[in-house]
Amino acid sequence: MKRILLAALLLLPALPAEAETLDVVASFSVLGEIVQEVAGDRAVVHTLVGPDGDAHSFEPTPNDAKTLGSADLVIVNGLGLEKWMERLIEASGYKGIVAVASRGVHPRLMEEEGTSATDPHAWQDLANGRLYVRNVADALATADPADAAYFNARAKSYDATLSALDAWVRAEIAQVPAAKRRVITTHDAFGYFGAAYGVTFLAPEGISTDAEPTAGGLAKLIDQVRREKIKALFLENITSPQLMQTIAQETGVPLGGSLFSDALSPPDGPAPTYVDMFKNNLPKLVDGMEKN
Amino acid sequence: MHIAATQLYAVLIEPFAAYGFMRRALVACLALSLGCGPMGVFLVLRRMSLMGDAMSHAILPGAAIGFLAAGLSLWAMSAGGLVVGLAVALLAGLVSRATTIREDASLAGFYLISLALGVLLVSLKGSSIDLLHVLFGTILGVGNASLLLVAGIATVSLIVLALIYRPLIAECFDPIFLRALGAAGSRYHILFLALVVLNLVAGFQALGTLMAVGLMMLPAAAARFWVAQVWSLFLVAASIAFASGYVGLLLSYHLNLPSGPAIILVAGVAYIGSILLGARDGLVKRYFPAPHHHEISDGIR
Repeated sequence: MKRILLAALLLLPALPAEAETLDVVASFSVLGEIVQEVAGDRAVVHTLVGPDGDAHSFEPTPNDAKTLGSADLVIVNGLGLEKWMERLIEASGYKGIVAVASRGVHPRLMEEEGTSATDPHAWQDLANGRLYVRNVADALATADPADAAYFNARAKSYDATLSALDAWVRAEIAQVPAAKRRVITTHDAFGYFGAAYGVTFLAPEGISTDAEPTAGGLAKLIDQVRREKIKALFLENITSPQLMQTIAQETGVPLGGSLFSDALSPPDGPAPTYVDMFKNNLPKLVDGMEKN
Repeated sequence: MHIAATQLYAVLIEPFAAYGFMRRALVACLALSLGCGPMGVFLVLRRMSLMGDAMSHAILPGAAIGFLAAGLSLWAMSAGGLVVGLAVALLAGLVSRATTIREDASLAGFYLISLALGVLLVSLKGSSIDLLHVLFGTILGVGNASLLLVAGIATVSLIVLALIYRPLIAECFDPIFLRALGAAGSRYHILFLALVVLNLVAGFQALGTLMAVGLMMLPAAAARFWVAQVWSLFLVAASIAFASGYVGLLLSYHLNLPSGPAIILVAGVAYIGSILLGARDGLVKRYFPAPHHHEISDGIR
């Protein structure tokens, strides 16, 4: 009797479960929110690098490996953002699909100290964001074909939201004369945004947050701010404010507040969703650029 | 001639004349040199050269608690680092005096506990802003508040050091004499440890903890290849530290190098140069002594 019960128990996981919810792991907060938006209530989304966290340099915990090991689907940004992911997946024993949300994005290359690196911040262009939504919906549908229609419907309505947001962003930027569209932020996170919406972004740190700045580089940037009379200086939520404060003090330009680039804010903050991120950033950017 | 002078000005002085951040970095280096130079000399004399490194790790949980409590606040992180650093230094000092365990072993024990606690705290919070980034600080971002803190700490250190100079030296060279006088020796020792922690906290504002230790120990170790008396060791160590800061900042400016490592590597070059060429016990002096020097001194005798 006991043995039969045990055998039955062992068989249980193999049986197809009814009304199953997917366990999806997304690498960082912006992507996690997009996945949640598409998956609705048919999936539980775990985000590895949470709000205000830096996805460039992340120390996974055993709990992260555990979450990953029992996941049904893993979605990453790709483009070299999550360099820690490969080892973490290996350590966790996860054997399923790793979907890349940025599939199909035309990658931007950034020249840095002679070598060119891929810029991972593709979500800052809403056209790419819509591509993310498509890829996420496909990945969810593959993992859970029964709910494919549900995911597709949600993706479609989310896509419409993003499309409207994209039009709004363009209209906001259009208010600013092209010559004034220059902004300084703490690290190069807005390359795609700049290319898509016609704004030039300059940054004292390199493309990743872990490079130490040099005195020569900082001096060049200060010269540029003075020469071009740039008044739009911004902090980002994930980086140390020290350097921007130095530039502000040096040039007499006041800081224009925090932009959200690589991570969302906590739920009670100003940018808890992908859409809110743009709604937070845009008015600040436009105000700053108007003063140039 | 005139062109050469203009060029010299452009290379050596203009970066500081043109940019406030370079001036602030240089002043921060000066303050750090004045505070850290003498501390390093005493650490070398007391054979506690590795203590600076140990203490820089020990202040991690304090800085982490400050960061968790108040975010990237200069004062919260400094105060946290100071409290925990002092606690570790005090505990280590007291335990080594109250028991038979030696000071280095005791310190190793406490600083490792503290370091592990710090890593635990940072990880519990999740990798919000990479704390190493914060701990590595950058001297280019030194604001007026950090500058005041660093200068204040240097001033306090020098005054306290002047007040306890004699007993501290007595303890360095003849600890048994001072211990015979009662508990007074421990008091000076602990005061000195507190000063070391204070200076490390100052350094971590400007350079990051790991680099701050470099500015404390390398010039002090280099100085002993040039002079022998304690006060002249102070002077040489502080001068080498400041010169390293100046040259390091210039290299960082002209060659586009990260400033913290540039400064410490210049100090490292000064140290290795001193080992080779030092007037007192340098390798060249020891193995290739100038022959006439001996003849003259023999002649006098």
